[in-house]
Amino acid sequence: MSNQQKHWEKSRGLLMITLAIWFVFSIGIFLFGAEMNEVTGPFGYPWTYWFTCQGSLGAFVILIFWFANRQEKIDEEFGFSEREDE
Amino acid sequence: MKQGNFIDNLPKIYGIYTGGFIGFIIIMAIAEQMGMTAKAIGIAFVAFTVFIYALIGYLSRTAQADAYYVAGRQVPTVFNGMATAADWMSGASFVAMAGGIYFKGYGYMALLVGWTGGYVLVASLLAPYLRKFGCYTVPDFVGTRYGGNLARFSAVVVLTVASFTYVTAQINATGTIASVALDIPFQYAVYIGLISILLCSMLGGMRGVTWTQVAQYIVLIIAYLLPVFWISNKMGAGFFPHFMLADEVARIGELESQFGFVKNSAADLATVPKGLAGITKAHSAVNASPWQFISLALAMMMGTASLPHVMMRYFTTPSVKAARKSVGWSLFFIFLLYSSAPMLATLSKLSLIDPNLSTGIIGKSIAEVQAIDWYQNWNQANLMFISDFNGNGTVELNEFFMGGKAVVLATPEIAGLPYVISGLVAAGGMAAAMSTADGLILAIANAISHDVYYKIIDPKAETAKRLVVARVLLVVIGFAGATIAAMEIQGILGSVIWAFDFAMSGLFFPLVLGVWWKRANRQGAIAGMLGGLAAGTWYLVWVRTGGSGFLGITQLTFGIFGSAVSLVAMVVVSLMTQEPDKATQKMVDEVRIPSGKTILGKQ
Repeated sequence: MSNQQKHWEKSRGLLMITLAIWFVFSIGIFLFGAEMNEVTGPFGYPWTYWFTCQGSLGAFVILIFWFANRQEKIDEEFGFSEREDE
Repeated sequence: MKQGNFIDNLPKIYGIYTGGFIGFIIIMAIAEQMGMTAKAIGIAFVAFTVFIYALIGYLSRTAQADAYYVAGRQVPTVFNGMATAADWMSGASFVAMAGGIYFKGYGYMALLVGWTGGYVLVASLLAPYLRKFGCYTVPDFVGTRYGGNLARFSAVVVLTVASFTYVTAQINATGTIASVALDIPFQYAVYIGLISILLCSMLGGMRGVTWTQVAQYIVLIIAYLLPVFWISNKMGAGFFPHFMLADEVARIGELESQFGFVKNSAADLATVPKGLAGITKAHSAVNASPWQFISLALAMMMGTASLPHVMMRYFTTPSVKAARKSVGWSLFFIFLLYSSAPMLATLSKLSLIDPNLSTGIIGKSIAEVQAIDWYQNWNQANLMFISDFNGNGTVELNEFFMGGKAVVLATPEIAGLPYVISGLVAAGGMAAAMSTADGLILAIANAISHDVYYKIIDPKAETAKRLVVARVLLVVIGFAGATIAAMEIQGILGSVIWAFDFAMSGLFFPLVLGVWWKRANRQGAIAGMLGGLAAGTWYLVWVRTGGSGFLGITQLTFGIFGSAVSLVAMVVVSLMTQEPDKATQKMVDEVRIPSGKTILGKQ
């Protein structure tokens, strides 16, 4: 397998993990929306309510930065990162 | 202006700008104490901020294609994040979203998840790869990846339909704010809004829009957060509302069940001005089933990843790496506002309906409410209305009506904050709507000038001529948008949601598969774009004209159907026709690695 194929394989793996986490926070939690609303979540808000207005949103921000760092590492590992830095 | 120096000095420049803006707010507050009228404050806020944006637009004027289309590809990550956040957060986010949550409650908060979760898709599936491509516009990517004028043209069609639907809503929002702040009729105010929008983008194109958007972000975030914190503290709800409003959220549910919900008769409703809504459902009863909630969120997420004016912002970063990081920063800046919207809606609803608060109006006598200053102002603007349907002389929950766009704009006044805050909020709403309108009009004008005029009609056109065409289109599209906005066909929030559905119907899969599936070819992409758009449009028309719909897909989520058709059409047609040639496959391989030259650039 060429270097480039390996790089793409790893990038695709990272994508799958990223999308899985994304799925949990954007869809997974809300599959049980109605029932979980009875439960009290962080700061005393109803559980799903809190995820909708803060929890999931924050998780997405962290997820994107994490993804960007991991992808950079993968690019470096196979020598495909850009030379000039900003 | 020396570009290198300018970029290095950005933090200092915008630091001074922010300080200056806060100084302006303080001066206005002092002026108010000294007797400046509310109207004068409103005019001062809107006029001052619009003047600053126009000045930035003028200073960023350019005659180079690279600067005009992609801001010279040198916008630093954090600043690009701010610009994207302003580009993204429109009149719908700023003016209408808290209103939607105010009226519809939990179900509408699916928009919060949808409008943020989409960025994960942008960062992981598309932005870095499209940046590597080095294109000027989104159809530029489609045209080069799939080849041929028809593919390019189809992408322009989808882009135009989606962005145009979106832009009318933004011009509507600027018009609403201008009409309230400047006290002129809505029909004229939309054109004032339009002229302010064009001032930012005409001369500098993407470069002008980038630097005004950063300035607009600063104004809009101050204008959104300051009232939320202030009202929360004034009400005694907690000094940091985001973590401390749990009791208030519970209290709304309590009050709602205490007042009960009365459905107004059709005859009574006929007396209410068009576009105003009352609270007739429990905040937990809208979109209560998981699928309703998830389908709306999903449609918004996929729409986010297909909207060209957002994608276009990541073409302006210096590198692929920077594009990825920049998506993260964008979402961070968006998060600051979105996490506050439900808090604002909660505070706003509670100030109005809680009888224990001095600001509450439910249960007061009709005459008493009609005598309140803010009620008179907003009633005059046709955005607020009360009527004694049951004739008992007091205001009931079902007898108070408000326009969705009034919630954010009127809340500071309702909660008894000084007028300077209302002026600030008007300036913030104006900034939000203008920045998005600019991004959208530019996306349409660039696609038509670059992809249709330059790439298809006249490939030999000189830069100067191309840029003239681009600017003429900017004005024409702006005026067309304003004319339609003046007709007020659909509310702000409704048209914005439609725009997402159109975009995802036609563009989501052709863009994503263009990077992630080598086998995707021209015929498949064309079938995907046109088939998806046609199917989505058909579904919308069908449901609007009394069709029952299926699988719980509504007129707000028709993109789910459109994009499903798009995916099937694209895969089937691609597999039935020839696989793309070697050169195209090699191009896709190149796109997948960050290093090396851009596909289109010669550098």
